[in-house]
Amino acid sequence: MTSQWLWYTTRGAGVISLVLLSAVVCLGLLTRLRVRGEGWPGFLTAAVHQDLALVALVFLGLHIVTAVVDPFTSLGIVAATVPFGSSYHTVWLGLGTLSFELGLAVGLTSLARRVIGVRLWRLVHWLAYACWPLAVVHAVGTGTDGHSTWLLGITIVCCGAVLTCLAWRLVAAPPDPLAQLRPGRLMAGGGR
Amino acid sequence: MSAASLLDGPDLRFEAEPVTSHLARLGPSLLSGAALIDALDQGDLRGRGGAGFPVGKKWRSVAGRPGPRVVIANGAEGEPLSFKDRLLMQTRPHLVLDGATLAAHAVDADQIVLYIGREHSAAVDAMLHAVAERPPRERRRFQLSSAPVAYVSGEETAAVQFVNRGVALPTSVPPRPFEAGVRGRPTLVQNVESLAAAALIARRGGAWYRSSGTLLVTVTGAVARPGVIETRLGTSVAEVVDRAGGPPGAIQALLLGGYFGGWVAADDAWDLPLDPERLRTTGRSLGCGVVSPLPFDRCGVTETARIVGYLTGQSARQCGPCVFGLGAIAATLRRIAIGLSHPDDLARLDRWSAELPGRGACRHPDGAAGLVRSALRVFADDFAHHSDRRGCTATSPVAVGAV
Amino acid sequence: MFEPSARRWQGPSGRSRVGTSRPSLAVDRIRCDGRGYCAELLPEMVRLDDWGYPIVSSDPVPDHLLDHARRAVATCPLLAIRLAEGGRSR
Repeated sequence: MTSQWLWYTTRGAGVISLVLLSAVVCLGLLTRLRVRGEGWPGFLTAAVHQDLALVALVFLGLHIVTAVVDPFTSLGIVAATVPFGSSYHTVWLGLGTLSFELGLAVGLTSLARRVIGVRLWRLVHWLAYACWPLAVVHAVGTGTDGHSTWLLGITIVCCGAVLTCLAWRLVAAPPDPLAQLRPGRLMAGGGR
Repeated sequence: MSAASLLDGPDLRFEAEPVTSHLARLGPSLLSGAALIDALDQGDLRGRGGAGFPVGKKWRSVAGRPGPRVVIANGAEGEPLSFKDRLLMQTRPHLVLDGATLAAHAVDADQIVLYIGREHSAAVDAMLHAVAERPPRERRRFQLSSAPVAYVSGEETAAVQFVNRGVALPTSVPPRPFEAGVRGRPTLVQNVESLAAAALIARRGGAWYRSSGTLLVTVTGAVARPGVIETRLGTSVAEVVDRAGGPPGAIQALLLGGYFGGWVAADDAWDLPLDPERLRTTGRSLGCGVVSPLPFDRCGVTETARIVGYLTGQSARQCGPCVFGLGAIAATLRRIAIGLSHPDDLARLDRWSAELPGRGACRHPDGAAGLVRSALRVFADDFAHHSDRRGCTATSPVAVGAV
Repeated sequence: MFEPSARRWQGPSGRSRVGTSRPSLAVDRIRCDGRGYCAELLPEMVRLDDWGYPIVSSDPVPDHLLDHARRAVATCPLLAIRLAEGGRSR
């Protein structure tokens, strides 16, 4: 009985994590695009991006814990922490583990931004562009729902949203207004 | 009557005074360390780089910080109208080196950086030559650092950043140089004229400076003999302009303090005392001591547009308000100067220049804003004339130049 | 015309705090890139110039705005605004 609930929770939390992560990536791209309007201030995009990221990590944690704890699966801590360390669906699962760890790095550096500084934070944040596609591949490739219609449908919608935002960002993102004029800024770092 | 003190000694045309002549003429320093800092306070010596900060207070703030300290002798004369620092370094380098050594001793610094403009080769040569004439243990502490000549290069955080990483651009504060500067150490950044004055105070005392202290002023523009003049603190503007040969004709206004200073109407200017504190109480700034008369055949609007265009180009371009705000002011001034103003231009200039001070990492936008506001006051009639597109009253127009 | 220094808040009790060192806002002008979250979250003390860069009141942050100020400081992605003890803001 318990095992069945754990299994449902694993799958459910996993799907929710994927949806949330996709939303987080979209919001991150929209933040970069400085999207704002009547009734939707700019900081809100950035704030929701941060808050949803934390929620996504919670669901991701739930997904991982239930998967490991479930006696039906032979997954241990190793599978959850060492990419490609599991014998079950080694590659697909491993990509998920990798995605989780990249996401964790992004999340933790964001929480510690004040301590590590903006430069290091921004550098690690680029890993988000690896974290998300790995999560998608993991979702589709691992587990029994991999080929079910509803999961594929959700995945397509998530991919569509992220790719649309990505295209928009590549085409229309306002450049840093002073970047081209500022040869010294790249070297000047400012005060810490 | 001249009151030569910093420039006392051999004829200035014979370039640098050698160490033997220097020591024979002035003798050794009598005050040092804490006693010297007290004398600086007693004499109320103010920084001669532009900000006019009390020198004794500055030395004390560095001495009060822990750890090995550094002195930067700031001779990077970025203000294009000013020549006094170069002249001092070229002709009396030992006075500057004395001041730097005394400062290093007073704040307990083991390193002295001579920060001189790269293109000011005569000054660099003279100073290096003079260092070679110093005793070996002193020679070891000196180091030359040459930044490209630019308006913001002389700013104290820019000097520190140049020594640290080769980029002569201001940085955000905190930390200020006296807290953490060269290699993170408490750093005293002091103008070379201030150091030279300190070297004289070390021989003659603070009371002497209070009563007979001098300063260097660069008189340029509409005068018969432009150049650097040494004069007693408190001398009137009229007297130094007179000593520079006087203006060829009637003067409408003077630029006081350089591009970082401001315009003063001629009638108001003549009696102004050339003393940093006393000028400050009248709402003006002595800055780096530039006095530049503007005759009636020139146009204050065009001059201001030209200067602000130059200042915009010299921005470090690190801060939005300076890049965009100052840029917009420059573009508007240029339009007004060439006769293409819009009805809102004067109001916009007033608003933008009021919003600019304090919003950059350094005081560059503050200086420019101050200049603009003084121009709007002093040349109000000319601005109205240009604004109504009635043309320019100048009979010898100067090209505004590219922004 | 916006005059931030002309509006001095007295606090809910009606008395102004005298003698305590209250924090004030300070902007790192080199880091700031004018995205304006601070002005959205603390309009009482921050407004934007014609190009989107903040004009910040140098007054100490009144008690009732302290939480908003902290949030504005935390939300800036570039860590370009901070609360400093006393002193003037740049």
